[in-house]
Amino acid sequence: MTHIATQAPRGQSGQALLVLLKARTFIALILVFAFFAFAAPNFLSTANMVIMSKHVALNAFLAIGMTFVIISGGIDLSVGSIVGLCGMVAGWLVLYGIDLGLGWSIQFNTIEICLLVMAVGIGVGAVNGFLITKLNVAPFIATLGTLYVCRGAAMLSSDGRTFPNLNGNPEYGSDTFRLIGAGNFLGLPVSIWMLIVVAMVAAYVARRTPLGRYVYAVGGNERGAALSGVKVNRIKMFVYMFSGLCAALVGLIVSSQLVAAHPATGQAFELNAIAAAVLGGTSMSGGRGRIGGTIVGAFVIGVLSDGLVMMGVSSFWQTVIKGLVIIAAVVVDQAQQKLQARVALQSEAAMGK
Amino acid sequence: MTIGLQIRGGTKVYPGTRALKSVDFDLHMGAVNVLVGENGAGKSTMMKVIAGVEQLTEGQILMEGRPVHFAGTQDARRHGIGIVFQELNLFPNLTVAENIFIGREMTRAGVDIDMAAQRRATRDLMARLEHDISPDALVGDLRVGQQQIVEIAKSLAQDARILILDEPTSALSAAEVEILFRVIDDLRRDGVGIVYISHRLEELLRIGDYITVLRDGAITGARPMEGVDLAWIVRSMIGGASKDYAKTDDHPFGDEIFRAEDVCLPRPGGGLAVDHVSMSLRAGEILGVYGLMGAGRSEFLECVIGRHGHAAGRFFVAGEPLRSRSVAGRIRQGIALIPEDRKNDGLVQMLSIRENMTLSSLDAITTGFHMDLGAEKRRVADFVKRLTVKIASMENPVSSLSGGNQQKVVIGKALMTRPRILLMDEPSRGIDIGAKAEVFRTMRQLAAEGLGIIFVTSDLEELMALSDRIIVMSNGRVTGEFDRHDATETAVVAASAKGHSTDRNVA
Repeated sequence: MTHIATQAPRGQSGQALLVLLKARTFIALILVFAFFAFAAPNFLSTANMVIMSKHVALNAFLAIGMTFVIISGGIDLSVGSIVGLCGMVAGWLVLYGIDLGLGWSIQFNTIEICLLVMAVGIGVGAVNGFLITKLNVAPFIATLGTLYVCRGAAMLSSDGRTFPNLNGNPEYGSDTFRLIGAGNFLGLPVSIWMLIVVAMVAAYVARRTPLGRYVYAVGGNERGAALSGVKVNRIKMFVYMFSGLCAALVGLIVSSQLVAAHPATGQAFELNAIAAAVLGGTSMSGGRGRIGGTIVGAFVIGVLSDGLVMMGVSSFWQTVIKGLVIIAAVVVDQAQQKLQARVALQSEAAMGK
Repeated sequence: MTIGLQIRGGTKVYPGTRALKSVDFDLHMGAVNVLVGENGAGKSTMMKVIAGVEQLTEGQILMEGRPVHFAGTQDARRHGIGIVFQELNLFPNLTVAENIFIGREMTRAGVDIDMAAQRRATRDLMARLEHDISPDALVGDLRVGQQQIVEIAKSLAQDARILILDEPTSALSAAEVEILFRVIDDLRRDGVGIVYISHRLEELLRIGDYITVLRDGAITGARPMEGVDLAWIVRSMIGGASKDYAKTDDHPFGDEIFRAEDVCLPRPGGGLAVDHVSMSLRAGEILGVYGLMGAGRSEFLECVIGRHGHAAGRFFVAGEPLRSRSVAGRIRQGIALIPEDRKNDGLVQMLSIRENMTLSSLDAITTGFHMDLGAEKRRVADFVKRLTVKIASMENPVSSLSGGNQQKVVIGKALMTRPRILLMDEPSRGIDIGAKAEVFRTMRQLAAEGLGIIFVTSDLEELMALSDRIIVMSNGRVTGEFDRHDATETAVVAASAKGHSTDRNVA
């Protein structure tokens, strides 16, 4: 790679290499797939594919939200804790409803539970956004704070115990709660359908709406964006609230899949989400990234870890390999940026003649 | 006079372009060697070669007849070469003194930085440059012009034998340019060889001893300054007749389109940066605002666009009060700003030309929340054609363009919002004369179409040539107002100095 990058490719070869580099995450995914197809027995079986994509989906949700946050020039460390908190809220609502202290409690059906949990996730995101935009707390610190607060709150909700048997109650209409994690629709798990919807909406917002364009502008140059009439604070509020929403969805799915809610769920999920975004070509300094890239990135990480498990590689080695893949991805990304800038400069220079 | 440095057969090839084509350049000591050429002619490249930032692809550099090789800026510095880059290379998070001595800190026993000595030396340098910038001020808090002074002080501190100044005056006002010229005279008398690059041709005529003109990477003229006039320079630069931007068409003005009343903006350190400023503008009128650095001109424009939430004052667009406090609201009411600092305020460097141009006017291509990317492309293509922006593809990042073309993108962005009042802050800063003439022609044309334009400039010639009416600001106040028929350069300069002498006494 370094050899090619230092060779100063010209014209056609530069363009071709650029296309290759742009598709690198996708190529990596195909390679990883091909490797495990040979090395791990049953890797390509339908059952394994379904299980694997369910795993990937969890990370992909968080990574989509994270991608928006990172493109806007921020970071959201609190998503893993929001997953845990939202799982606990879902568990609580399924088991107890809301006790108003008047001797009776309000019970909810599945849809209402989902909406309430999503509201909690968006609410935490709004707190993040408020801290960052109005109180000028650095995103890293603000979301680190909410990371602790949410995790603590999740623990407090049950004194650290698990909410078991979230089967729901047909009388309240909450017995369908399990379907979020276990249900199928047209042969695909419900969670995968949800991911498809969220990913398509996110990609659409990023590419074809002013909101998405503003997210890029804010991350690229906040002052310049503000002077161009972009409402910077509103954009930041949006990205953190959207990230919170994505985390809430994961909380719902996990608690439904396990039919139980544990307050430690989601620990270190934020790091996997950041890794997927970076692997997909999102720049940590903001202004650059794509939803499609992030999803491919999430698949690379997910396929890699599941494949290694199937091959019987120790989990310690898995961690090392994951780290190396991320570093390699960023190194290649830098090479691509350099090449891209050069190709653009060349074409502009050719114009000047 | 002796020749301190020579380039012989210097060729520099960048991937895809030949920035220098076998140039022969002599740098005279104890003299000001001025270097002119349009943007992209190779001036900066040649200076980067001398300063060790870039290495020649072919050819060699000779000092005192012996070939030398500069592997880096350190090498060049050891040979006594100092450079002030066009793009400011300062650390906004460090103080003025720390910036000036970066990499060459004054130390006790090689470890402990002698802050007191650095501060003292900085104060001496500032006294020499006749500026009262505190050594402990953060560079990030200074205005662009002041930062340029710091950059100049930094190179003076190195006691260079050869000093390269790449557009040192682009953000300075006339009075500051005078001070700089006095410093340059001192240096010349001390035998320092100075290379001076500028787009302001009248400056070159005044200060230069030798002139070298570059066009497309080749030297098209090199001679002593005697007998050189503007026409000769321009001919050598662009190889054709002079591009004249004198006022040509007269059109009637419309009704008052904009009025500002009692605008005040507090200065961070106390006092007012904009002090009860009022002005009015008629449709089709070009109002030139002149003043020294720190006179509050840029701050006034920023108040109008709504960047400073704590600014006081009232604004009216065509008689309607401007209610919205947000930038977006004011843009909607017909105000557009072209900021002074293109890189940090005007553009999002990472985004494409297309995305930059439409950033302020996405409403026009959006129905509900859906953007019509096809319509966006057509719009951008239309403006690219109207403003004659030279681009290979609108998808290339805006950072790949030259200064002049970047400025046209910023202008395009402002015009796309269909403004009624256009605020332009130093619209010709750092762009070549070809692009400059085009920008001015555009301004003229827009005014004829009925736009009101307020433009801020530090260039007297520009001010006189373009303005229908002139307002002079000093120390945050309006100190003079002239019609273009009875404005004289002396009167304008005198008005711009009002209140400054007392200011210095206080400090």
